[in-house]
Amino acid sequence: MLAYLVRRIINYLILTIIATLLAYILASYTLNPEARYLGRNPPLNQNSIHNILAGLGQDPSVPVIQRALTWFGNIIFHGDFGMMYNNQPVLHSIIVRSGISLQLLIVGTILGAFLGVVLGVWGAVRQYRASDQIVTALSFLVLATPAFVLGVLLMITATRFNAAVGHQVISFTGQYTPGLSGTGRILADRVSHLVLPSIALIMTGAASYSRYQRSVMLDVLASDFIRTARSKGRRRGSAMIRHGVRVALIPMSTFFAYNFGLLVTGSTFLETVFSWHGMGELALTSITNHDINGVSGSICYVAVLILIASTLSEVLYAALDPRVRV
Amino acid sequence: MTELDTTTEQGARRVTRNTSGVPLLQVDNLSVDFPAPHQPGGVVHAVRGISYQVHEGEFLGIVGESGSGKSVSSMGVIGLLPSSARVRGSIKFRGEELVGKSDASMSSLRGREIAMIFQDPLSALTPVYNIGWQLTEGLKLHDRGLTDRAAQARAVELLRIVGIPSPERRLLSFPHEFSGGMRQRVMIAIAIANDPNLIIADEPTTALDVTIQAQILEVLQKAREITGAAVVLITHDLGVVAGNADRVAVMYAGKLVETGGVDDIFYHPAMPYTAGLLRSVPNMQTAGNQRLVPLEGNPPSLSNLPPGCPFEPRCPAAIDACRTAEPELLPVAGADTADRAAACIRSDEIVSGRLPVSEIFPRPEAQEIKRSRGAEPVIKVHDLVKHFPLTKGAVFRRRVGTVKAVDGVSFELAPGEVLGLVGESGCGKSTTVMEILELAKPQSGAVEINGVDVSELSNKDRLALRKEIQVVFQDPMAAIDPRFTVRDIVAEPMRVHNVPERQQSHKVAEMLELVGLDPATASRYPHEFSGGQRQRIEIARALTTDPKILVLDEPVSALDVSIQAGVINLLEDLRERLSLSYLFVAHDLAVVRQVADKLAVMYLGRIVEYGEAAKIFAEPKHPYTKALMSAVPIPDPEVERNRRRILLEGDLPSPVEDFVGCRFAGRCPLYLQLGEEQQKRCHAEDPQLHDAGGTSAACHYTDQHRLISG
Repeated sequence: MLAYLVRRIINYLILTIIATLLAYILASYTLNPEARYLGRNPPLNQNSIHNILAGLGQDPSVPVIQRALTWFGNIIFHGDFGMMYNNQPVLHSIIVRSGISLQLLIVGTILGAFLGVVLGVWGAVRQYRASDQIVTALSFLVLATPAFVLGVLLMITATRFNAAVGHQVISFTGQYTPGLSGTGRILADRVSHLVLPSIALIMTGAASYSRYQRSVMLDVLASDFIRTARSKGRRRGSAMIRHGVRVALIPMSTFFAYNFGLLVTGSTFLETVFSWHGMGELALTSITNHDINGVSGSICYVAVLILIASTLSEVLYAALDPRVRV
Repeated sequence: MTELDTTTEQGARRVTRNTSGVPLLQVDNLSVDFPAPHQPGGVVHAVRGISYQVHEGEFLGIVGESGSGKSVSSMGVIGLLPSSARVRGSIKFRGEELVGKSDASMSSLRGREIAMIFQDPLSALTPVYNIGWQLTEGLKLHDRGLTDRAAQARAVELLRIVGIPSPERRLLSFPHEFSGGMRQRVMIAIAIANDPNLIIADEPTTALDVTIQAQILEVLQKAREITGAAVVLITHDLGVVAGNADRVAVMYAGKLVETGGVDDIFYHPAMPYTAGLLRSVPNMQTAGNQRLVPLEGNPPSLSNLPPGCPFEPRCPAAIDACRTAEPELLPVAGADTADRAAACIRSDEIVSGRLPVSEIFPRPEAQEIKRSRGAEPVIKVHDLVKHFPLTKGAVFRRRVGTVKAVDGVSFELAPGEVLGLVGESGCGKSTTVMEILELAKPQSGAVEINGVDVSELSNKDRLALRKEIQVVFQDPMAAIDPRFTVRDIVAEPMRVHNVPERQQSHKVAEMLELVGLDPATASRYPHEFSGGQRQRIEIARALTTDPKILVLDEPVSALDVSIQAGVINLLEDLRERLSLSYLFVAHDLAVVRQVADKLAVMYLGRIVEYGEAAKIFAEPKHPYTKALMSAVPIPDPEVERNRRRILLEGDLPSPVEDFVGCRFAGRCPLYLQLGEEQQKRCHAEDPQLHDAGGTSAACHYTDQHRLISG
C-alpha cells in the first residue's frame, strides 16, 4: 500500500511540475509585463524597463522556454519563485496568503462534504417524497447561482440579521478587524468574519455533493446485500446506514478530489466578494498587473493543493474499499 | 467438502418427519399487487390468492417460471417486499400472523426464526465488511449479550459446517476474495447462524455452475439436518426439486396450480401445465432419443388477465368451460393426502387416465437426420491458443501473468453435424468460439473454415466468408438493438453484404416464417416480443445470409424452461431443412445431449474429452466428464434418490496458474483413488488427448475410470 501511495504521489508530482511549467509558458505568452511601466509620467526609459524585467527574469529578448527553465531551476535549487510586481518574493506572499485562504477552504470543504453526504443519503432514503424534492430543488438553485451572487445575497441577509439583532454579529469585510486586543475577542472576531464566506462555500459544496451522493446511494439501496442485511434481522434504517452508506461513500472519495479543484476556483470569487486578502486575490491582482511570476506561483499553489486532495482521496478510497487495497 | 469420500448417498439423507399438528408456516389466500401506472390495468397482480403450508422440518419446492410469482410470495413471507407492494391475505408463522407486522417486530423474527438464501451470491454480501463481521452481525443482532469471543467461535464453527477450508483465517477475508460457490456457502452459514426453523432459498444455485450447484445443494441438505429447519426451495429447475424436495408446489401466473408429494407431481401430474413442463425439459439421462415436447405460447401478462384459466391459451386440453372461470386449487380425486391438489377442471380425467398426458402433449415425430459423413469438415481447429496478458500499473504497464483462456484446442465439425462444446464458466468455451468467429490469424494454431485457412484471407475474402458462418448469442434481450425494428435486425447482415433492397424485404419475410414468426410483425420493435420470440428473431437474423455454419453460444440458457423446448426443436428442424452445421456451446448437459452428435468437454482452456456424444454420455472416460454428468440434476425423483453423486472438491483453479502435470489433478476424484506412484505421474506429466476406446480423453488412467462411478 505504501509503495503504491509513493508511486501515486510521484505521479502527481510530475503532473504538478508539468502544470506549473505550462502555466509559466502560457503566462509569458499572454501577459505583457512591460505594460506596467509604459505610459508613466515621467516616462521610464526603455533601458531601465529592460533592466527591471531582466531582474524579474522576464527579459523579452530571452526565449520563453529558457526563461521558464531558469525560473524552474531557481525553484528547485534555491526554493525561489521569483519576485512579484511589487517587489515581494512570490513564495512569501503565497505563504502569508495561503494561510488565510486555507482557513476558509478547509472548513468549507469538510463541512460541505459532510453536509452534502448527509443530505444525499437522506434524499435517497426518502426518494420522491416532498423532503427529497425540496432538497433537490434547493441544490440545483445553489448550483445554478454563481459564487459572487451567492456571496452578495448572503451579505444582504447578514446585514438584515445584524440589524434585527441590533449588534454586529456577523462581519463580512476582510478576515479580521484590526486593532483588537485579547485572545478571546480576537478569536470571536475571526469567527464572525469566517461565518459568511464559509456558509457560501459549504452551500456550493453541499449542493454538488448531495446530488452525487443521492444517486450513488440509490444504486446501493437497490443492491442485494441490503436485502441480505435485512434478512439477518436488521431493520430497514439500520441496514441502510450500516451497509448502505458505508458502500455509497466509496465513489465519493474520487468525487472529493475533483470537487476540491472546483472549490479552489470558486473561493477565488468569494475572496474578492468578501475582501479577503487570500490566494484568490493574489492570482487576480497578478493577472491584472501582468505579473508572470505571481500567476505561475498561484497556479503552482493550486496544483499542489489538488495533489494533496487527490492523494487524500486515494487513501480514503483504500480505507473505504477493501477490494482496492494492495 | 472436507471428507475423503466424495460420493454420498442421496437417498440416505431423506429424513421422514412428522407432518401433523400446527404447521410451521401457513399461508392463506396471499395476494401481492404492485402498482404499475404504465401498464394496462395499472396494477400487476404478482401473486393472486395462494395458500400453502410448510410443516416442521419439511422440504417444500416451489417451481415456476420467471414472473410466476414464486419469489414475490416468499419475499412476502419474510417481509422484504418493496414498500410499494400491497399484501393481502394471511401468513401465519407458528400461528402468529405476519401480514401487517411492523418492520421492528419482523426484524426480530428474520434471521432468528426465518432465514433466507438469495440467488446471486456475488452481490448478496456487503463488499466492505469481512466475512467474520457479516457472520457475527446476524448473531449479535439477536443476542445482544453475546461476547465477541463467543460470536467468533460460533462463526468459525459455522464456516466449518458449510465446508470453508481454514475458517479461522477466512473470517478476516472479504467477499471479493471468495468464489461464487464459496460465497453461497457463506450465505448458507449466515442463514443457519441462529438455528432458524424455516429457511427460504430463492434460486440458490441458479447463478452457479453444475458442479458447484451439486456442492451447494449438499451443504443445504446438511444445514437442514443440523438445524432441523424446514426449507422452502424456490427454483425453475425441475431436476433440483426432484432430488431434494419432499413436496412440490407449482406456480403459474401468480397462482398455485398444483401441489403434492414429489413423486405424485413427477409421475402423475394432474394439471396440464405441470405435465407439459415435465415433458418439455430435456433429461440428461434420456435426452437425444426423442424430441422434446414444446409448450407453445407465453405466460399471460399479470396486469391484464382475461377471465378463465390463465393457462388456457397454451393448453392443448382446453375446453370451452376453461374460458369462463378460473379453476380453484382443489384436492385431486382419489389422492391419499389432503395437500394433493390441482387447479384444473379436467384434473380428474387426467388422473384417472381417461385423458393421458401423452395425448395432451404428444411427442412430435422423431426426425430422420441424414448426415453426410466422411465429407471435408466445415470447421477445423488445430491447437488453437488464446492467451491474455495480465498487466498491472497505470503508467508503466508490466506483465504480471498470462491468462491461458484457450490453451491448445483442436476439434473438427463435419457438415450437417452438431458439435457440443461444454464446460463450466471460465473454461474458455466462449473464447474459443470468439476466436473462430474472428476469422483472423490466431495467436498460435490454425482455424480452417470450409477448408480455407483463415489466416491467409484477404479482407474481401474474409467478408465473403462471414456469410458462411453466423452466430446466435445467449441473451436475446441484450443481443438485439432495442431501437431497430425486427425488419432492420433481420436485414442487417444483408445490408452488410450489399444485397439489393428489394430482395431484402422478401428474404426477411421468408426468414421470419422459417423461424415460426408472423412476417406481418416485421415492423415491430423487439420489446413487443417475448424472450423465446426474440431468440427466434436472432436465429432469423443469423440465417439471412444462408450460412452453412451456425455458432450457437448458449442459445437457450437465458430462456424459461417451457420456452426452451420450442427453440431447441426449431434449431433441430432448421438444421435438417437447411443442412446446417452447429457449433453448440452450452453449460447444460441435458440440452447438449438433446442436440449434439459430437461432444467436446473443456476444462481450463483444454479439451479433456472428445468424441461421439452418444458414446461419451454412455460411458465417460475422463473423471471430469464423469463428475460434470453426475452433478446434473435429473428431473426424476426415483433416479435422483438412487444416484450416487461424484462431488468435485473446490472451485475451478485460476487460468493464470502454471501447470506442469494434469490441470484437473487438484480436484480429481480418480486421483484420490490412485496409488502414490500413479499420482506422481498426474503431477509430472501433462496428459494429452488420446484414444480411450471410441472416444478420446486427456487422462493418464482412462483404463481405471470405473474406479469412480456416479
